[in-house]
Amino acid sequence: QKVSVDVLDHLEHLALVDFRDSEGVERLQKAIQFADQLQEVNTDGVEPMDSVLEDRCLYLREDDVTEGNCTKELLENAREKVEEYFVAPPGNIPLPKLEERETFLQGS
Amino acid sequence: LAPWIPVVGLEIHAQISSNSKLFSGSQVQFAAPPNSLVSFFDASLPGTLPVLNRRCVEAAVMTGLALNCSINKKSLFDRKHYFYADLPAGYQITQQRVPIAVNGRLSYSLCIDNKMSQMVTKTVRIKQIQLEQDSGKSLHDDTRSQTLVDLNRAGVGLMEVVMEPDMCCGEEAAAAVRELQLILQTLGSSQAVMAEGQLRVDANVSVHHPGEPYGVRTEVKNINSIRFLAKAVDYEIQRQIEELENGGIILNETRAFDSKLGCTVPMRDKEGKQDYRFMPEPNLPPLILYDAKSLPANMNHQQVINIDWIHERLPDLPSVKREKLVEQYGILPEHSFTLLSEDGLAEFFESVVKQTQMKPKKVIGWILNDLLSYLKEHSLTVKESPVSSFLLADLLNLLEKKEISSTAAKQVLAELWKGEGKTPLEIVKEQKLELLQDQKELEQICQAVIDGQENE
Repeated sequence: QKVSVDVLDHLEHLALVDFRDSEGVERLQKAIQFADQLQEVNTDGVEPMDSVLEDRCLYLREDDVTEGNCTKELLENAREKVEEYFVAPPGNIPLPKLEERETFLQGS
Repeated sequence: LAPWIPVVGLEIHAQISSNSKLFSGSQVQFAAPPNSLVSFFDASLPGTLPVLNRRCVEAAVMTGLALNCSINKKSLFDRKHYFYADLPAGYQITQQRVPIAVNGRLSYSLCIDNKMSQMVTKTVRIKQIQLEQDSGKSLHDDTRSQTLVDLNRAGVGLMEVVMEPDMCCGEEAAAAVRELQLILQTLGSSQAVMAEGQLRVDANVSVHHPGEPYGVRTEVKNINSIRFLAKAVDYEIQRQIEELENGGIILNETRAFDSKLGCTVPMRDKEGKQDYRFMPEPNLPPLILYDAKSLPANMNHQQVINIDWIHERLPDLPSVKREKLVEQYGILPEHSFTLLSEDGLAEFFESVVKQTQMKPKKVIGWILNDLLSYLKEHSLTVKESPVSSFLLADLLNLLEKKEISSTAAKQVLAELWKGEGKTPLEIVKEQKLELLQDQKELEQICQAVIDGQENE
């Protein structure tokens, strides 16, 4: 079962991952095949486990102010800043449409 | 033309009133220097983990109980992924699978035909309440083609209250939100001031013909007040009806309300259907809540939230307060609504009643007509009133003892508003407003007037 170009394109949009070349796509398909083995297990009547922490106690913190006030440190990593604001592009820059991209997928 | 049935549902985000954020210890405060209330976790720096704030959970439980919800003793946290500059982690921690509270209801009242004297009670079902993080704030600088990001708000606790599409117009939506706002303020779980972004409402609107399935719905955002909520909803209903009657179709899109133009416009950034790739939050175990029966014996007190304990300590909700006011003082239901709609007004009224012999049914007129209209005219809150409950009671006593007339009382009140520190009695004496009770004196005056007339 091959992963369709539409699904690959959708994944690239969602995760901003570039599958780059046929080897990358092949690796993805092998990963899906590997995970599909899970379907062979009969899980009828078994509650899904979604975290190994499910039996742990969720720690509750008291409502005290203990952090913050480190503007300078936080802005140290910012490439651009304006008066203690982080600077970002005006909006999300959409990934170019498949037809406009120079990726492997285009040739698929 | 076949009639149209409008259908309105609401998604309301209420900022939780707490000292620190939902998953971190940075402060929650409205106005502060940019990025000063931000911890490493809020900025999504690697190596940081969420730690749940107990107060936020309690606020959500209180709110769930007040809205007649079932509280889920086990609820889960999830990640909702999307890219935006004010969401540094690239995902929001929310409760998509199993939220903290479900299946509640909210009762609210409406005036029929704009007459305060006829009120109907309606109910809207509450689908769920979930705990989630707020995002930071984006300031768009179009001239320099950039966005400035302030993360002070990022990570603040929110309660998302989802109301089922049981409403049919702007008025109902506004009344429901107003009542929710009063409940939240009474509980103290949120200050719910829309102007400060503590209460944000998105409306889901669709129309259909009776007997047919629901129409395509649009989501309306950017609604900044309860008044605009009613306008936005009514505009969108009309727009959809007109569009459909002209043979057009309704797109399942997100639209923004433009308050200046009074209309909704498509929001460009929300093109295409979003895929949020929900997944369980791997760093947080399930949230377990207890009640009197299930309370564990050996656990640290501070780590346990007891739903029954919270239930016992809920304050009187607005609807209960109104009933008590009507029962205790014999005022009309619509009076009780007005008393509760102004912060401190009910307490002022009760304080005056305590200090005067005048019957509450008469006092209420002075409170709602004279006091309230003056405060509104001068944009004052009850707390800022230059006339205290003591002074007003003093004045009403003079009226009750028939020492002055009702007209004179209004004159004295007008003088009291100046806040010059004079007592009602002093003003009465100054302006010679005392009622004459002496029969002989009255006869003399009348005779003098008649004599004066004869001379003309």
